[in-house]
Amino acid sequence: MSVRGNNQILEVVKNHQAEILADWLKIQLSSGVRPDLIKESQLRKECQEFLELFKEALEQGDLTDIHASNWSEVREILAKLSRNRSHKGFTPSETANFIFSLKPPLFERIRQLSTQDNHTLLEQVWQITTLLDQLGLWTTEIYQKSREEVILRQQEELIELSTPVVQLWEGILALPVIGTLDSTRTQTMMESLLQEIIDKKAELAIIDITGVPTVDTLTAQHLLKTVTAARLMGAECIISGVRPQIAQTIVYLGVDLSNVVTKASLSDAFALALKQLGLKITNREPHRFEHDERL
Amino acid sequence: MEKIPFLQMGEYLLVTIQIDMHDQLALTLQEDLTNKIIQTSARGVLIDISSLDIVDSFIGRILSNIAKMSQILGAQTVVVGMQPAVAITLVELGLSLTGILTALNIEKGMLLLQAQATFPAKSQNKYTRQ
Repeated sequence: MSVRGNNQILEVVKNHQAEILADWLKIQLSSGVRPDLIKESQLRKECQEFLELFKEALEQGDLTDIHASNWSEVREILAKLSRNRSHKGFTPSETANFIFSLKPPLFERIRQLSTQDNHTLLEQVWQITTLLDQLGLWTTEIYQKSREEVILRQQEELIELSTPVVQLWEGILALPVIGTLDSTRTQTMMESLLQEIIDKKAELAIIDITGVPTVDTLTAQHLLKTVTAARLMGAECIISGVRPQIAQTIVYLGVDLSNVVTKASLSDAFALALKQLGLKITNREPHRFEHDERL
Repeated sequence: MEKIPFLQMGEYLLVTIQIDMHDQLALTLQEDLTNKIIQTSARGVLIDISSLDIVDSFIGRILSNIAKMSQILGAQTVVVGMQPAVAITLVELGLSLTGILTALNIEKGMLLLQAQATFPAKSQNKYTRQ
């Protein structure tokens, strides 16, 4: 029974490939597909390729399991297609519709050609619908996977990006920390800071925590570790950008920062750093800015 | 048996560790250095560990001890050129070497020693609260 069913489905696809393709394209163009994201010619090419491989897979038998070896090429082309579409900005439904919209033309042909009773027809429809559902789910799966890959890559890039070490002056480095400090980030931060200290022969490093939303005991411990490690290498650290709430939290938590120099703002820390190195910034034309006593 | 050489520069001793430290070598260094400080009545010791890639808790402790011993013998010790990996390891091991002076390289270490000789009362932390 099932073999005969297979044959009939195969016959339908084989003999009416062009018609199915045309109908399929028409359905996709009239409903789901976005002309701004994909050209008709491109879509036609994709459909053609898919139908060709679909036919080959049908010829080799097994219609129940798309993870069988005869479906590997079909799976591959679908994977490529879903990946492509997820990058282009298609929604998952639109991606899956590529497969699902193949149903109406196929069913239509099967119905037209079927001279048998309703049972056989139902059997065939059932077979083909299970198969196409599996393929549709497969596209969604791949779509999701490629999205996850993007997220993962962005996460890594974010970690790299979020720990830049900049040189403010000869011998003075600054490390602006943005976002929550966890163990992984502290590790990256510590490594890049220490490496920069060596490369730039910097004696002073300013760790600016203006962009750190909250400081808990763990974060404070991470900061202290970084400061201690820098000190072991012969560089001193100044922590700047301590906001009022953070100062309060630190005291309430009982974190001891007495060994570390802390300043409220980056400019205060920079001024202190310049002072430590025996440098001074003065106005080039003092008479013009006399009112500003702070400088 | 391998030994770590000491170079005398005026009233300072220069110790450059250029081979992998193992436990026995560290102990020998401790022994030799304390003797040498007495012999030469050195006022400062510079320990260069820039070619030391790996430390364990024992070597870390010995380094800390050597620095403290020299200080007792009247010689200010500066550890210079610690590698990032070594610094991270020591911090993770909980050895922050408190009370020991550090510098980025020999040049800066020497300046620090000279500054210490001029103002011996200056505290370990160069950048204390103002």
